[in-house]
Amino acid sequence: MTKNKLKRIDLIFHEDCECRQVLEKTFSRSNDEIINDILESGLKGRGGAGFPTGLKWKFTAEQPADERFVICNADEGEPGTFKDREILFKVPSKVFSGMAVCAKVIGAKKGYIYLRGEYRFLLPELQKALGAFHRDIKDLIDFEIIIQMGSGAYICGEESALFESMEGKRGEPRNKPPYPTISGFKDKPTVINNVETLVYAFMICKHGPLSFKELGTSDSRGSKVFSVSGDTPIAGIYELELGMSLEHFVEEFGDGDTKAVQVGGAAGFCVPRKKLKETIIGFEGVPTGGSMKVFNSSRSMYNVLHNYLEFFEEESCGQCTPCRVGCQQLLKGIEAVKKGEKKAIYLDQLLKLSETMKLASKCGLGQSVANSFSSIVDNFREEMIY
Amino acid sequence: MPEVQELVKSLADKYGRKRENLLHILQGIVEQERYLSDVALTEVARELDMSAAQVYGTATFYTFLDTEPRGKYVIRICRTISCDMKGKNQIIQAIEDTLKIKLGETTQNKKFTLLETNCMGWCHEGPAMLINDQVYTNLSVDKAMDIVTDYVKNK
Repeated sequence: MTKNKLKRIDLIFHEDCECRQVLEKTFSRSNDEIINDILESGLKGRGGAGFPTGLKWKFTAEQPADERFVICNADEGEPGTFKDREILFKVPSKVFSGMAVCAKVIGAKKGYIYLRGEYRFLLPELQKALGAFHRDIKDLIDFEIIIQMGSGAYICGEESALFESMEGKRGEPRNKPPYPTISGFKDKPTVINNVETLVYAFMICKHGPLSFKELGTSDSRGSKVFSVSGDTPIAGIYELELGMSLEHFVEEFGDGDTKAVQVGGAAGFCVPRKKLKETIIGFEGVPTGGSMKVFNSSRSMYNVLHNYLEFFEEESCGQCTPCRVGCQQLLKGIEAVKKGEKKAIYLDQLLKLSETMKLASKCGLGQSVANSFSSIVDNFREEMIY
Repeated sequence: MPEVQELVKSLADKYGRKRENLLHILQGIVEQERYLSDVALTEVARELDMSAAQVYGTATFYTFLDTEPRGKYVIRICRTISCDMKGKNQIIQAIEDTLKIKLGETTQNKKFTLLETNCMGWCHEGPAMLINDQVYTNLSVDKAMDIVTDYVKNK
């Protein structure tokens, strides 16, 4: 069911940072009560994959271990996503507070923020805010947050690659299972959440699960921060209720000449104008970590796809063959078709290759190349050829 | 090169000598030297009692841990789609003309290196570039040239 209208929400950036009071109130409750609230709210991970946050916390808390960790994934690298930067810049104490609540629930004494190298300029202010936060909560909980910098690798946003990187290794994804809730950072049970997810968890502690649950749809509860860019007169960061149709989105953000919207970044889906009406933004339709790129009719979708494939070819960690070779061949393939060196029908073979990558790649990177590849080639085939 | 040895030692003292401290140390070297020389990499391996291959293998995985000599100021222009649509190629051209180097090259005085980078997270304010850690957004050809010229003259 689609929501009729686009509704702006002001939860995340609202300047209501009485974090200490909310933490005091939350810490006075039992861990089970807190987990039940997060479960009840229906909050799903805001990084894009959409795993229920309450379950992640519950599984980690239940796993027997001498040490557990909470990690904030701030390796925001998906093309078109820039909302975590704004959250960390504007309301860092809410992020820290969300981590503290999680730490209490799962029994973690240490938390980490893995911040992408491109955001190093945030570090001085973030360290300052973190120092103040540590002083403020010292008597409430034995919990320390450490900020660790990335060094320019998209794949490190994948959770197990992120652990490898934090352990001082190449950021190559691990085989799953075991999942992080059982074996994460240093092989200990670990909750790893997106920046935005942690803030929502904290806001649910503050306002209660019902206020969150009544927003959105049954599959996509609550609101979400969107990063809007491309051919739009009002590019920027917007918190919106989930469950709206893309048509409503384009009415608000398009420039009147929208040809397609890329939802979820290079790893996401391209939705052409004729499908805007029937497409819901959310887990029942097209999921997104927040990236919304609008393209108008002056844009060549071949160039868009080419740019994405160059991106994937470079960012593939090279560990597994389907992704390493697949990304190269898709790129070479569309270039050959465009130049007329291969017949148009070769695109079907490339589509098959992308399907194979989806099935056979080790991690989300290789598995999701097919999303943008097939949605662009299927909907804009003629632009790939002529 | 005793300076690099001292730097590596001081970073290892600061962060520790375990595997999990490796990235911190490599990042610390890049911050000072802008790149990881062979001498620095082997020195890290010695200091952390690891094989040089492991250190090199880790370093080369990460875009920002350069193993090629770089200038004092590394300019990285975002090449991903939004910045591309907003004309990052003209920006690159303008900086190439200003510094008299091509993309991927370093000026003779070792002051500037010009590179492209993947999405920096400024799609709504593109074209964007990084000069070391500093972010510059909403670039026009004139603005980019002014910024770079200011670095040439004043830094």
